[in-house]
Amino acid sequence: MLLRLAWQSLMNRRSTVILTGLSIACSVMLLLGVERVRQTTRESFLSTVSGTDLVVGARSGGPQLLLQAVFNVGFPTQNLSRDSYRMIAGDPAVAWTIPLSVGDMHRGFRVVGTTTAFRDHYRFARDQGLQVANGEWFADEHEAVVGADVARELGYTAGSEVVVSHGAGEISFVHHDTHPFAVSGVLAPTGTPVDRVVLVSLAGVDAMHAGFQGAVETTHDVADPLAAAMAAAAHDHHDHGHDHDHAEHEGTGSLSALLVGLHDRAAALSLQRKINTHDGEALTAVLPGVALQELWSVLGVVERVLLFLGGFVVVVGLIGMLSNLLGTLDQRRREMAILRSVGARPRHLILLLVGESFWVSTLGAVLGVSLLSIAMVLGAPVLEAHYGLHLTLAWPTANEWGLLAMVAGAGTLVGVIPGWLASRKSLVDGLTPRL
Amino acid sequence: MAASDDIVSIRDLQFGWGTGAPWVLDVSQLELARGASLLIHGPSGCGKSTLLNLLAGVLVPSGGSLQVLGQELTNLGSAERDALRADQIGFIFQQFNLVPYLSVIDNVTLPARFSAQRRTRAEAGDMSLDGAADELLRELGMADARDRSVTELSVGQQQRVALARALLGAPAMIIADEPTSALDVDRRDEFVELLFRSVAATGSSIVMVSHDRELGARFDRVVDLREINQAGGDA
Repeated sequence: MLLRLAWQSLMNRRSTVILTGLSIACSVMLLLGVERVRQTTRESFLSTVSGTDLVVGARSGGPQLLLQAVFNVGFPTQNLSRDSYRMIAGDPAVAWTIPLSVGDMHRGFRVVGTTTAFRDHYRFARDQGLQVANGEWFADEHEAVVGADVARELGYTAGSEVVVSHGAGEISFVHHDTHPFAVSGVLAPTGTPVDRVVLVSLAGVDAMHAGFQGAVETTHDVADPLAAAMAAAAHDHHDHGHDHDHAEHEGTGSLSALLVGLHDRAAALSLQRKINTHDGEALTAVLPGVALQELWSVLGVVERVLLFLGGFVVVVGLIGMLSNLLGTLDQRRREMAILRSVGARPRHLILLLVGESFWVSTLGAVLGVSLLSIAMVLGAPVLEAHYGLHLTLAWPTANEWGLLAMVAGAGTLVGVIPGWLASRKSLVDGLTPRL
Repeated sequence: MAASDDIVSIRDLQFGWGTGAPWVLDVSQLELARGASLLIHGPSGCGKSTLLNLLAGVLVPSGGSLQVLGQELTNLGSAERDALRADQIGFIFQQFNLVPYLSVIDNVTLPARFSAQRRTRAEAGDMSLDGAADELLRELGMADARDRSVTELSVGQQQRVALARALLGAPAMIIADEPTSALDVDRRDEFVELLFRSVAATGSSIVMVSHDRELGARFDRVVDLREINQAGGDA
């Protein structure tokens, strides 16, 4: 009953009320936007490693290894020998291994040397495997498979030629142009960093570095000495095999990391311990979930700051509503006296203003969610293209409902302040306010 | 007790704004029988509005006895006085009587939103609340205005809507504070005529305050507040 009265009262001054509601809506949109990007980031990271039980590399920190091996962030400074690879692949607990060799770029995209194991065993999201959308998987060291984003942004289809640049920079002056690759296939989009890589065979990586080695040697005198020195320095990490055996698909060079799948996930911890305490080469094995947790605990500070800022903007919005309600109180003394004269108690006046703040904050919150959904529909392609964030339109999660309820609840409570003032004023004014 | 037959009974009523302040109102005796009508007149500032606020239970007497409908207001808490007003008193102000954001019909039914008693009485005889309001509006010649915004109405029309609202649910007492002072003479007479005709149907008492002595002929009792107020008006 008072909710209806509150609604009618608000509609009577709808222009300022709509602006107030809009400011709350924008603040809610920001708050939920931050929350949703946070969740989406976590989910997309988790989905990227969903099928992998262990990630193994040279000795380093867990999050670091994970970022380098799976998320295309940074390059390892040390590699993993073939002996270690064979040891791990041969462990009875291991079902499959995906070797990865990184270090080169193609026009800003990372080139990853791997084997057909990648196609057969890599899993993302809920146990989804890779699909070649166009063409087929690479057959030898002269072919490459490109991720969906690479194909879209560079306009590649099966048959395009790929020349890999040496080194980890986006722009390189040294190209492996003696060993170009032909695109044999394009992968279907996965919403993971795989969309942004060029996959070649391990033998292909060896071959292109072998050719490059020759090229550098022959052009050494004329090439930019700095670039050549840098290239040579970067080179040492690769430990290239010079005798490229074309028939052996897997190549012979050292590896950056291994993704390992187990027969039984329960064996992950014991195998991890075995690898970490292994006597030969210093190795690190991480459980992807644990490494991600470590990563989040580092990023958690930033997330909390963002969430705090979002919350603060909501508070600003609510203060705006409070000032709007307080500003009208003096003009409404007559109205309050009329309501008192027809039987409204002081608590009814409080409830009337609480009802008004309830409507404004609740509808503001609902509008904020709607605006966020619209913004997500419009912004999803941009976010996905630039940041690899795969936002899906969804109902608010329990967490988000909680935030919404907090906004609406806090907003409703804010109405107690003008309500209390109005009821007090009406007691002083009586039924005949002196205007 | 004889007083229980009276709608209003005042004994040595005193009121001042705060302790130590001079009395604004000091009335030794005033009675009004149930169903009777009383006109209180006097110049502005002589305490008329204060008396109405006391009768309505909005202000609390500083001393003496004030009974409304047999209830001693000085013994009631603010919630009980509020309830008594909601259930038993209909109000009409000088002007700006209506809630601007409500339609005519919603203004008329407003008292029933705050008083279950008035709602029950309004709905007596298988009438819906809106039906009861419609009938009051029809009797007052305002049936056409039912769904209009009150801001579109003339002052005379607004006063008639306010009258319909005061009458809804047949409260025991109608308190009218200068209800005709914003009206011209014809409208004034018409309004007073309507007031008495409607009250005849509901049996409500009328307490009206006005500076206009000409209205007196219609009332059972006419009191000059200056004569009964020993506080002496303007202080």
